[in-house]
Amino acid sequence: MLTDILRASVAASAIRLATPYIFASLGETFGQRSGVLNLGVDGIMLMGAFAAYYAVYETGSLVLGVIAALVVGLLMGLIMAFISVTLQAEQGISGIGIYLFGLGLSELLFQKTVSTPTPINGFSRINLPILTDLPILGEILFNHNLLVYIAFALVPISAYVLNRTTFGLQIRAVGQNPQAADAMGVNVARVRYMTVTIGGAFSAMAGASLSIALLNIFQSNLTSGQGFIAVALVYFGAWRPVWVMAGALLFSTVNALQLQIKTIEGALGLDIPSEFAVMAPYVVTIIALIFASKRAEQPTALTKPFERGE
Amino acid sequence: MRKLFVLSLLLAILATVAVTPTAPEKAQAQSPFRVAVVMPSATNDLAFSQSMYNALLAVQAEMGEANFQFVVQDGTFVVDDAAIALREWAIQGYDLVIAHGSQYGAILEDLALEFPDTAFAWGTDNDTFGYDNVFAYEAASEQGGFVSGVIAANLTQSKVIGVVGPIEVGDAKLYVDGFLAGVAWVNPNIQASANYINSFSDVALAAEAAQAFVANGADVLTGSAQMVVGAVGVARERGNVLWFGTQSNQTQLAPDIVVASQVYHWEVVLMDMIAKIQEGTFGGESYRLTLENGGLVVEFNPNYNLSPYLQFIADKVIDGIIDGSIEIELD
Repeated sequence: MLTDILRASVAASAIRLATPYIFASLGETFGQRSGVLNLGVDGIMLMGAFAAYYAVYETGSLVLGVIAALVVGLLMGLIMAFISVTLQAEQGISGIGIYLFGLGLSELLFQKTVSTPTPINGFSRINLPILTDLPILGEILFNHNLLVYIAFALVPISAYVLNRTTFGLQIRAVGQNPQAADAMGVNVARVRYMTVTIGGAFSAMAGASLSIALLNIFQSNLTSGQGFIAVALVYFGAWRPVWVMAGALLFSTVNALQLQIKTIEGALGLDIPSEFAVMAPYVVTIIALIFASKRAEQPTALTKPFERGE
Repeated sequence: MRKLFVLSLLLAILATVAVTPTAPEKAQAQSPFRVAVVMPSATNDLAFSQSMYNALLAVQAEMGEANFQFVVQDGTFVVDDAAIALREWAIQGYDLVIAHGSQYGAILEDLALEFPDTAFAWGTDNDTFGYDNVFAYEAASEQGGFVSGVIAANLTQSKVIGVVGPIEVGDAKLYVDGFLAGVAWVNPNIQASANYINSFSDVALAAEAAQAFVANGADVLTGSAQMVVGAVGVARERGNVLWFGTQSNQTQLAPDIVVASQVYHWEVVLMDMIAKIQEGTFGGESYRLTLENGGLVVEFNPNYNLSPYLQFIADKVIDGIIDGSIEIELD
């Protein structure tokens, strides 16, 4: 019985922890598949988290919170696209610039508006008739808030868009061989603008999932570097949405497991050093990344600006 | 007669010069005491940084704005950034430069050697590095932790209590150890344990640590450092899980379920440091906030209906710690 509860609790916790990673990693997958690396994901997450939080704080409307995050994410994505596509700036550096901009601006806006961490009423867990009450499975799968379900629903949608639509084909073509795509009549700049902007919106939703769904609060540097892990998960997932989700779940499961074990280690008569427990998710992820890298097929034009006629 | 008049005039001028302070002395007498502080998180984090910020405001209220001024650089979680700020303030001649965070210890040690005429302070720690221009300060947070632990042990129905810790160091570790000792003092059979998430800032991980405790039956939670806002949120969402705060008063995070908070009053330490610096002693002493010296205060949430019996117990424990009749034994 204890094992069942533990298993259910770990799995449910992993799903919650994975949610912001899935949003952000999927968004980053779109950008990277078209050849644009955005290291500013964490900054956009912070801006999205603040925008959503502030909208809910002021109006109480969760819909407005989501809309605010999406608008801010789109704008941040547009800025990144302008810098990396139009100005053709070095993508790594400009991404760090976006991160620092988001980190600083979200903090400034928070201090000038709300100031003190104040809880809000965010998305509640959805009780699905019958399903939520199912033993074990109900706790794991059917006891989450709406944004968790949206994040997981975006995985097959993203995979479909990338692999089965004309737009997805254009994205992949632009990321593999922009010159050839251009010769075929694909507007490389437009495609990259769209993917980076979509990535911005997804990243902002990742932040919103923290501030108005999972934590229901905002404070300085709320994301605590999750955006950088999301970028790493894209490499882990070999630029494929389903594998990106698998990476997010693996990382979050090990994290949840170490939290659970630390919680009950006294009852089990164990004494695991906290440093070891906290290190575990990163170690497991790195090991998995080593194996995953063998099947990884990085977009050939990743980080390379496109110049017509080159 | 004329000679007498000139002589009188000269004497009068000399007398005036003798009793009137020179320009620099006048400026010194009127110049405010200036303090500069670097902090790891926001001044309104409802935890560690806010406790120092509130103390600075309290000192300013006590001494008057004309006599006490301060600057703060908060959110400085990058130690190298803190080093730049601390050096700049030392160059600018601040009367006291404070590095509020044990992570700044190494850089402060170097700066104190480089600027021997500047008074520095840092915490939480008790190490002045043997320098006579460094004050160290810490909080005996195990004292308030013990009091909270005693109340928590009396309030828990499930006999499961969880503690969300940041990194196993400093006042956070003392608080956690004190809390667990307080629980065990009342009932050693209560299942109380700590989960250090090894981060002062990861709110999401703190929230999940709290979720894990609740999933395992905990009905009382506590935690230390600024990332606990996530854990308080979990307790607030559940509605039937109680919370004990530390460092700052955390009642406003969840007015219905916060029972009490141990609040740091660094002004007790700051006032003494300022007095010593004004007398010419720039460091070499370490301070400790305690229940006895008023640096630690257990503030109860007036919205939470704590029974008179438990309030009586809590007051007795506080008195016992102050008069030494209760000794806190930490693991």
